[in-house]
Amino acid sequence: MANAVVHARPAQQEQYKASQTTWDSIAETTEFKDLMATKRVFIVPAFVFFVVYYFLLPLLVGYAPGLMATRIGPVNLAYVFALSQFVVVWVIAGLYVKAANTFDRLAKDIVEKAHDAQGGK
Amino acid sequence: MSTSLAMFLLFIAVTLGITYWASKRSSGASAFFAAGRRITGWQNGVAIAGDYMSAASFLGIAGLIAFSGYDGFMYSVGFLVAYLTVLLVIAEPLRNAGKYTMADVLAYRLSPRPVRAMAALSTLTVSTFYMIAQMVGAGALVALLLKGSGISFQTAVIGVGVLMIVYVVFGGMLATTWVQIVKAVLLMSGTVLLSILVLAHFDFNLSNFFAAVGHVTYHDHGQVVVKDFLLPGLRYKPPYGALDLLSLGAALIFGTAGLPHILVRFYTVPDAKTARNSVVWATVLIGAFYIMTTFLGFGAATIVGRDYIVGHGGTNMSAPLLAQNLAGDVFFAFISAIAFATILAVVAGLTISASTSFAHDFWTNVIHKGVERRAGEEVLVARISAFVVGAASIVLAIVLGPTANVAFLVGLAFAVAASANLPVIVLSIFWRRFNTAGAVTGLAVGLVTSIGLILVSPSLMAIDPPTVVGAARHLIQAKAWFPLENPGILSIPLGFFGAIVGTLLSHEPTSQHKFNELLVRSNTGLGSERASVA
Repeated sequence: MANAVVHARPAQQEQYKASQTTWDSIAETTEFKDLMATKRVFIVPAFVFFVVYYFLLPLLVGYAPGLMATRIGPVNLAYVFALSQFVVVWVIAGLYVKAANTFDRLAKDIVEKAHDAQGGK
Repeated sequence: MSTSLAMFLLFIAVTLGITYWASKRSSGASAFFAAGRRITGWQNGVAIAGDYMSAASFLGIAGLIAFSGYDGFMYSVGFLVAYLTVLLVIAEPLRNAGKYTMADVLAYRLSPRPVRAMAALSTLTVSTFYMIAQMVGAGALVALLLKGSGISFQTAVIGVGVLMIVYVVFGGMLATTWVQIVKAVLLMSGTVLLSILVLAHFDFNLSNFFAAVGHVTYHDHGQVVVKDFLLPGLRYKPPYGALDLLSLGAALIFGTAGLPHILVRFYTVPDAKTARNSVVWATVLIGAFYIMTTFLGFGAATIVGRDYIVGHGGTNMSAPLLAQNLAGDVFFAFISAIAFATILAVVAGLTISASTSFAHDFWTNVIHKGVERRAGEEVLVARISAFVVGAASIVLAIVLGPTANVAFLVGLAFAVAASANLPVIVLSIFWRRFNTAGAVTGLAVGLVTSIGLILVSPSLMAIDPPTVVGAARHLIQAKAWFPLENPGILSIPLGFFGAIVGTLLSHEPTSQHKFNELLVRSNTGLGSERASVA
């Protein structure tokens, strides 16, 4: 770690600084690759799902107005579908927060290791 | 003195108190630009909601639903779903890798000066358009709400402008944040009260409510019409209505994640986890608010009626008139004061994000190559630019006048944010090959195509009948070349296309070498900016 600026732990107030090679070596660790894979497994499907689900609304409202006018109780399918978008947002946000606890745990290990490596311990 | 005016003055007094408190409490760049990064998750969530729920949302959406029924509600849906893009893609990487602006993230691996210059240009464009729309709306609205107290459009615009300058110049991000929080709490309480009153009017029976929504009666071109306001299609009509809805949807759900005044909020919290929690808080508040817009809008359509609203100030007055109808003049004054608070808070948020970008990106990093020549220079420049931005918007709003057709400017702000800012942020975080040429072309193409397409859209090009006069007339009296009001469906892909082609046509090994650094930083928070010590 030739150019690394050395900080003693605890590094809470200090900002972590590192050389290019340090960043590269962290990116190559299995821990970091695990973190990226774990994130991808949640984020990519969640993103695709909500974008598709969202665009179904203007598509159906625009191109299948008859279907969307179907009565459901006192309202119609268009209104229920629009309301369901709110539920989808809250559910995905909730699931993401849960999944992100795992991301945080994995990231914390990587951060601590990096600080240890610099602090020389 | 009218009750409305008294409530306006009370809100002004409270916010000036906050500004005074904030100015005593904070010094230094991180305090001015990012409130010392010590805002908590729920506070920032409420402040994001406050920044986002502009007068255009509160008065505009309620009015749109009151006049166009279901189609107006489509805005509400898009405004909320947008936060999933913010939550899943943007908030945490931005907080982890940036300092004060979105350009900080781009500058990690790309050549800082050209990228920051373009990013600052795009940020200033978005903020200015958004601000002019708010200021013109604000002036017209305040003059209308305070009718009878002798306050003119000009006085109202100057008043709003001076207040926002005071908040930002003296109180920085801390004061702006707390003004947002106070405003968001007021707005939510007003909306909840109003919704309860609407439901009470229908004896808390949803069937009665929706039955009334199914038969809204009003006059259109002298004829009595009865419409089902739950049915789509009152505003977005064939042949281009469906495409326009899609285009609007794309601009909303991808534009929010590129709005500078929302992005700067993520730098005010201590870390990425708090940034995430603040987005979750914001989705709960914003979602609840936008569901209630249906009660406000449908309530105004059924209880007050379109005919009455047209005769008493037009669409934007739907919510205040509903309040007056349901609970009298004092409640009207309360809702009006909330509308005023809403405008003030949003313009303050816009001012601080614009001046941060100018001072941090353009002044310090482009002109002076990243070196502050004197301690405190960046904050000083930001204060001066807040003053200039404020003064310029006062002048522009007065020149345009209260009847100017400016509603399209908000749509334009979202379109530019979605077409210019979002593609380069996303590609810079996720694409190793991405480089400076790509970022500059992406920003330029997104900016130029979204502005260009709006210029030739029905928002600015149309043939008005001779009865329409003055500033309300369309700028270009000819048939629109581009059929959609919102350019998103074309300009967003073009923004991405520009960024990708620009990248592929050039080689920049350093941007690829430094990708790992950005990747590690944005995903782990290693080396991120710390909160200041109490």
